[in-house]
Amino acid sequence: MKTILDKFQLQITIERLAYQLIENYADLSSLVIIGIQPRGIFLSDRIYAQLNKIAPGNHILYGKMDITFYRDDIRKELHHPNQTDISFSVEDKNVILIDDVLYTGRTIRAGLDALLDFGRPRKVELCVLINRRYSRQLPIQPDYCGKSIDSIISQKVKVEWDKESVILY
Amino acid sequence: MQLSTKHLLGIKDLHLRDIELILSTAVQFKEVLQRPIKKVPSLRDTTIVNLFYENSTRTRISFELAEKRLSADTLNFTASGSSVSKGETLLDTVNNILSMKVDMVVMRHSASGAPHFLAKHIPAAIINAGDGINEHPTQALLDAFSIREKLGGLEGKKVVLVGDIMHSRVALSNIYLLKKAGAEVMVAGPPTLIPKFISQAFDVRVEYNLRKALEWCDVANILRIQLERQNQVLFSTLREYNFAYGVSRKLLDSLNKEIVILHPGPINRGVEIDSDVADSKQSIILQQVENGVAVRMAVLYLLSNKQNF
Repeated sequence: MKTILDKFQLQITIERLAYQLIENYADLSSLVIIGIQPRGIFLSDRIYAQLNKIAPGNHILYGKMDITFYRDDIRKELHHPNQTDISFSVEDKNVILIDDVLYTGRTIRAGLDALLDFGRPRKVELCVLINRRYSRQLPIQPDYCGKSIDSIISQKVKVEWDKESVILY
Repeated sequence: MQLSTKHLLGIKDLHLRDIELILSTAVQFKEVLQRPIKKVPSLRDTTIVNLFYENSTRTRISFELAEKRLSADTLNFTASGSSVSKGETLLDTVNNILSMKVDMVVMRHSASGAPHFLAKHIPAAIINAGDGINEHPTQALLDAFSIREKLGGLEGKKVVLVGDIMHSRVALSNIYLLKKAGAEVMVAGPPTLIPKFISQAFDVRVEYNLRKALEWCDVANILRIQLERQNQVLFSTLREYNFAYGVSRKLLDSLNKEIVILHPGPINRGVEIDSDVADSKQSIILQQVENGVAVRMAVLYLLSNKQNF
């Protein structure tokens, strides 16, 4: 077991990701943050809170999205759906999809499909905490990345939000 | 995460765990139905036939909409106008349909046990959409979903089923489900429309006085008088039935609390329920219909994985 990010590193990484978003989007009112259920929302909660701390007074739209019904593996196994909470249209918005670990890219593929049911965004970008390189099964790459790591298939990456650390085991 | 059964034939054989899984999945499908695009691609590899040997408005439309919202391909079969009138048997009809690569069968039949019979002979998943006077499981599930949504839960809630208990598949499925979920159940109506040994068989209360029943309950599920299934005189006239067992505004106003009113539809206005009750804010009849689509989506979604794809 190896620690990829400890508590301090996790905090400064989240701060950096938030600053990068602010750097790229001068007009934060056009920004929509969407956390992918279930595990992406821990990161999106933190980034959303950080954005409001750095640039208070901006009305950034924030939603949570479940992608269970869009998965491509439901014939292998059914997963229990989580709550989707997007009470606004993403039409013509700049959407940042947020998930904790980018691995095969299949969750993000499903997320893109799910997102389009809420409108046609102007632009969609992907923000992840951990990017597992060389393991993609679809042509999907992150636009904002906390840390890229090299790992083999038998290894697992786990973000332990209660302990505020990321481990590889 | 999966159901313990391949078919949904009745609530009788369902575990509480299955019921909870269906209801919690339905919550998420209800959210899907509020979206700009009310559709998910989950069942786009699935073909479903709606086999209706008996008339239906709500259930058929609700199932069809649920299937379409899940992106399934749907076929509609109604007995009238089909080869059933030429003498084709149920099993032959279904086997012919299945040979066209149909994965699931939603079925309503006037004979109790028809879907159970079919389940023994065909490989597809069967969902009972009402069989004779036996069960109507998806109705009980959507009733439970609606009560839970309104009151926050089922456990310990007092639910009275009012009216034609004898001929009602909705009543039987509701009794099974409510008892499994820990609710207290009462049946109320004229003695001629309540099976004699129902309290011993299902551990439910029996009340012949409507006022007393309504005073006891938190929720009243008013059932339709099923004239099409009654082949003998069980009460004198509909007017007299309304007088003794019709739920009126005046009666509800005279209770010292506000109860929730359900009705599975179709409503016989002025018979079992008066218009000013059916259309009041106490009534969640239209919410039941809305929830029906979400609950049926959950059932179809959860059973679709039981096939050999």
